[in-house]
Amino acid sequence: MTTRPPIPAHPRLGARLAYRLQRALRPRPGLRWLSARIEASGPTRAVFTGAERQTKQDLFGCRMCGQCALPVTGYVCPMGCPKELRNGPCGGVGADGSCEVYPELPCVWVEAYQRAASQGRGADLRLLHRPIDHRRWGESSWLNYWQGRDEGLWAVAAGDTGHEGPSTSIINHPRRVLGGS
Amino acid sequence: MSLRERLASGGFAVTAEISPPRGAGIGPINQKAALLRDWVDAVNITDNQGSNVRLASWAGSLAAMAAGLEPVMQMTCRDRNRIALQSDLLGASALGIRNVLVMTGDHPKFGDHPAAKPVFDLDSVQLLWTLRAMRDDHVLLSGRTLDPAPDCFLGAVENPFAPPAEFRAERLGKKVAAGAQFVQTQFVFDAQAFGRWMAQVRDLGLHEHCYILPGVGAVRSRRALDFMRDKVPGVQVPDDVYRRLYGVPADQTAAEGARLAAETIQQLAAIDGVAGVHLLVAGNEQAVPGILDRAGVRVDRDGR
Repeated sequence: MTTRPPIPAHPRLGARLAYRLQRALRPRPGLRWLSARIEASGPTRAVFTGAERQTKQDLFGCRMCGQCALPVTGYVCPMGCPKELRNGPCGGVGADGSCEVYPELPCVWVEAYQRAASQGRGADLRLLHRPIDHRRWGESSWLNYWQGRDEGLWAVAAGDTGHEGPSTSIINHPRRVLGGS
Repeated sequence: MSLRERLASGGFAVTAEISPPRGAGIGPINQKAALLRDWVDAVNITDNQGSNVRLASWAGSLAAMAAGLEPVMQMTCRDRNRIALQSDLLGASALGIRNVLVMTGDHPKFGDHPAAKPVFDLDSVQLLWTLRAMRDDHVLLSGRTLDPAPDCFLGAVENPFAPPAEFRAERLGKKVAAGAQFVQTQFVFDAQAFGRWMAQVRDLGLHEHCYILPGVGAVRSRRALDFMRDKVPGVQVPDDVYRRLYGVPADQTAAEGARLAAETIQQLAAIDGVAGVHLLVAGNEQAVPGILDRAGVRVDRDGR
């Protein structure tokens, strides 16, 4: 599917509020049940996904990759990076923190680091993000999140120093067969 | 002695780079290899540097090997998806290319084909992780097995000076966790600032898992200096360096640039955890012997 090109977007939701909402909306039985009901009905799912698209587009410049990294990137969308980097900034960030491709805009990873660190979540940026699944563009990441399908998106590095290697394989084994939607 | 052996032995490694020609011939690579052969352990072969079409990095690497120079094949995420990247590693390894340097790559906007589709299917951390899994776990990203597995020495790049400065050592940590065994950095003009970054790197213990080779370049002209300061993404030229190079007559900029490079190498070599130096001299290979001689670094290719 075609999507808008990646352009850095400044989130319109403050970091503090975003993390509060994260705590309120983390997966639990009620939301798992509700999301399963939403998924069970095609029209409901379409309406829900459309609402998510509009909301997240307005708040985060979301492009609907369907595999949301926002909870561990200070609620700054990495898919707005012109190189769609999921693991941190490239080496071309300007001395003033600007994006090398769009010098008039701040690098999403500079903002991500500042926002995450400001809320004591700087360590989130050390997580190793697996490659995304391009079949999932356009899906609702909220439904994927509540259904537990996003659990393999990133991994913690292993070892005493945390730098001896990833604890798990790079190969992501999603819980369901993908496709269709 | 290979680059990997030089680093493992604790010797001071020297790498340089060759930018392949825009054309279907390897003559320029042979000429540059002849200039560098007695002075460096290995030479990076760039991958369509600056998003400009050049002879392929794997082909340039084979040409360097044939000319008696160990290559470091650069591999960017800009032009190939995960299928092509994995396939290229298999091909390169099968033909004897051992060193692979993984980088994100410049955006196509900066090159001669700005209308091209930027691929970036994987990022540099994911590509390192993929290549490591191919080598160590004998698997592709798909989970299918490989036989035989590739043999490769994996490198990464880092820019110690780009924002967010507090995160740059951590970012290298992610690359090391993903599989990087050596790292070459962006231009270092300020050895003291580099030393501060190295202190963070040592605090994380990264220098015990990954050989660190700071990048040093020789400024050839005032024009090159201005270009580097204003146009090259991620390069920061400190004011005192800028003043020093502008402080000599224009016809002596190259000589002063070479002196500065040699001094920088000496300062960097004294920093705990620095395993060698990467000379960013593409197009200026003839300056290498003078710089290394002045810095007192002599790599004996017979393995002394």
